[in-house]
Amino acid sequence: MIEYLTSSEFVVLMIKILVIFGGVMGALAYLSWLERKMMARVQMRPGPTRVGPFGLLQPIADGLKFLFKEDVIPTHSNKFLFIAAPVVSLVPALLSFSVIPFGPSLQITDLSVGLLFIFAITSLGVYGIALGGWASNSKYPLMGAIRSSAQMISYELSLTLSVVGVLMIANTLSLGELVAAQQNTWLGIIPRWNIFLQPVAFVVYLISAVAETNRLPFDLAESEQELVAGWHTEYSSMKFAMFMLAEYANIVTVSALATIMFFGGWTGPMFGPELLRMALPTVWFLLKVSIFIFFYVLMRATVPRIRYDQLMRFGWKVLLPISLANIVVTSFIVAIS
Amino acid sequence: MIPIGWYLILSAILFLIGVLGFLIKRNIIALLLSVEIMLNAVNLTFVAFSSKHGRISGQIFVFFVLVVAAAEAAVGLALVIAMFRNRESLNVDRSNLLKW
Amino acid sequence: MIQILFFFFAALAVGAAINVLVQKHVMYSALSLILMLTAVSVLFILLKADFLAVIQVIVYAGAIMVLFVFVIMLLNLPEDEDGADRLRWLKFVGIPLGLFFLVLVVTTLWNVEGSAGTQQQIVGSPAAIGQSLFTDFLLPFEVTSLLILIALMGAVVFAKKDL
Repeated sequence: MIEYLTSSEFVVLMIKILVIFGGVMGALAYLSWLERKMMARVQMRPGPTRVGPFGLLQPIADGLKFLFKEDVIPTHSNKFLFIAAPVVSLVPALLSFSVIPFGPSLQITDLSVGLLFIFAITSLGVYGIALGGWASNSKYPLMGAIRSSAQMISYELSLTLSVVGVLMIANTLSLGELVAAQQNTWLGIIPRWNIFLQPVAFVVYLISAVAETNRLPFDLAESEQELVAGWHTEYSSMKFAMFMLAEYANIVTVSALATIMFFGGWTGPMFGPELLRMALPTVWFLLKVSIFIFFYVLMRATVPRIRYDQLMRFGWKVLLPISLANIVVTSFIVAIS
Repeated sequence: MIPIGWYLILSAILFLIGVLGFLIKRNIIALLLSVEIMLNAVNLTFVAFSSKHGRISGQIFVFFVLVVAAAEAAVGLALVIAMFRNRESLNVDRSNLLKW
Repeated sequence: MIQILFFFFAALAVGAAINVLVQKHVMYSALSLILMLTAVSVLFILLKADFLAVIQVIVYAGAIMVLFVFVIMLLNLPEDEDGADRLRWLKFVGIPLGLFFLVLVVTTLWNVEGSAGTQQQIVGSPAAIGQSLFTDFLLPFEVTSLLILIALMGAVVFAKKDL
């Protein structure tokens, strides 16, 4: 075992972990800046401009503010679960980055069941919300937590079923191989992305992903106008920051999954000298993920909220049958050809 | 490598803990949790034997055990809710109206 | 290395299972059960059944236990009363009997031949499981869909306030 710990393979793994984890944490912090700026521009106001040029140091100021705020734990709350809930929410959100391929060799581990691993970890993240709401011992958090976790487990079904079509085409569950299967082109120009083969699944996946991460238009459980702040009403300072980080990490995860499964992941036109070619896949991947994140933030700024019963009805009665029908049709086509 | 006896012993220990929980606890939900522990111990035995003999059917059986556990948990919890509505307590000793 | 992992996760599974029994409040029991399920899932991975390990986390720890946690949250239960049970002596007799049974089982199983997790040809890959599930075990598979339908209907009927 000692010879493994000092081998070059382990050192490369540690460097990959540091790069990916550090990049992801930085991206999460600046995602909050992006969100505030974009929502502000849609509402015709400038957004954060005071702290640093274009407000770019705002996330750092926010982080320092969170560190110095008073950490309130309500007296009648369940203290152990109150402190544990943000951790239970954050750890699965960050753990799913360990199987996402950022480039041809920039993936921490290529599990043979990588896609299912991400779904398993996401379904464990529901507990952070449920326990956070319950441990606060107060009515708004409890209502918010119950609604939010019911919504998450309902949309998990259509989320998981909508990607089965992609899995049938690619015949593998590992994310690295899913991306590698989309590398060639048809007729030399159109890339072999799964969006052209599975458009319905893509739409279902996108809507389920928005509902799964509790974003507008599906965020009734944490909205300000309805439920004070939903399950994180009683949380302050670092615990609240951890919940926010977990939510942004979930957004980045589902965006990354959408690009990997439907838009070819890190594939893209290669050009230029050797050094550029090494960095180009990661650039394409980050570009595609940014487009999805942009879309998420834009949707938050523009679309109105859906009522809770409409939300649940939509998830069970519309999205689930559509994703099942997609599986049936895709399996026919795959079996025939 | 790990001898299969160790997996079987671990499974026996877990099964025993499940049985003890089922016999000792008075809360209905705790009884359902003990049943889940027992089913998990059985799953572990199935997978251990499937790995030893090289046949996949052990793992297929685990699928069916999983489905049965899910169905039983759903119906059991619905019964728990119905019972709680009637008598406001989940203690099994309080539900003894049919006793002679 | 595998032995260290096995002992660690086996101890975690047993400790979490014992914690399910020991805790007074049923919410802590449910959370300990979730810990035990994930520990058993890691043991499945050590037995090279990786598809089943992930399915166990998704279905058991991620769906069934969410159901349990929901019901416990909604019913808002107090801690278990320790009342005047006639069967209070149960735990003082049950645990020694259980340990005796355990000694019997351990002495029988100690010398079972063969090691698990050494087979190179069987890996519980999705392809292998799918192959077997949809050809040899097709009938039980279809019957389980019926079973789930019945359980769904039963749960809805039982939990309704007025039929």
